[in-house]
Amino acid sequence: MILAPSIPQSGFWTAAAMIATIILTSTAGEVLTAGAMKSIGDLDEIRAHSGMKGAIRAVVTCPLFFAGVGFLALAFFALLFALNHMNLSLVAPASASLTLVTNAIAAKFFLKENVDRRRWTAAVLVCIGVYFLAH
Amino acid sequence: MISIARTESLMAHERLSARQYFILGLVSVCAPLGDTCLSRGMTKLPAISLAHPLALVSAVFTPWIVAGIALLIGFFASYLTALSWADLTFVLPATAFGNVIVALLSRFWLHEAISYQRWFGIVLITVGVGFVAQGPSLTERPADELPQSEAHQPAIEEEVAQ
Repeated sequence: MILAPSIPQSGFWTAAAMIATIILTSTAGEVLTAGAMKSIGDLDEIRAHSGMKGAIRAVVTCPLFFAGVGFLALAFFALLFALNHMNLSLVAPASASLTLVTNAIAAKFFLKENVDRRRWTAAVLVCIGVYFLAH
Repeated sequence: MISIARTESLMAHERLSARQYFILGLVSVCAPLGDTCLSRGMTKLPAISLAHPLALVSAVFTPWIVAGIALLIGFFASYLTALSWADLTFVLPATAFGNVIVALLSRFWLHEAISYQRWFGIVLITVGVGFVAQGPSLTERPADELPQSEAHQPAIEEEVAQ
């Protein structure tokens, strides 16, 4: 109901579905991309040893990277679609802030990252902060 | 040898170098500026319906969208680099500081008004970034649990040998 005043041409559930699509595809893409970059190793080291071509080759020969990019591309088009129907002041804070939380959850379970109290606090503070800043 | 070197490398990354902070800065600045360009470009276009999804593709070739995509390519290159030496849960909150940079630029450069609500958001993000920046950037793992891409190691070793 909070969203309703900002979306004159779309219903609440349509807006929620658009934002949920951005969040889900974006989270999947970022977790897959992060997993790919961890499997590749430090790009700065690879570039120091093999040059820029070696670093690019290391990235583009990783299948997980393309899976991540595929989801990020879906998130990009979902964002374009949502921006075409809703205001940036609604889409940006809602998707950016909620994605921080879903990424923290996904990183903990899929990437086995050590999401300690400090990181949870940071994620929640930034999540609320982004909402207030962009709304 | 590689495992030992990698473990030492991970430990060394707990304290980020100036170059790594610069890359995090690029991630922070390019993303919000790119999103702003995309927003400006898309709001100038007529409404696009799901019945004509190809209209989204043609939108990609408009100037604001091109500028937005160029900035987002810069963001993505620096974002991938950051993810190769830091955790996702470190990079995302840390780079959210870009929103604060854009807000401060709009206040002091474009002389736009910033409401108390937005100042509150700026304070929360700054505190959040301070929290995460004080901790380690990468989850430490035993050497045998480190993900290694066997395909890339020979290429690196060949270059070192040369």
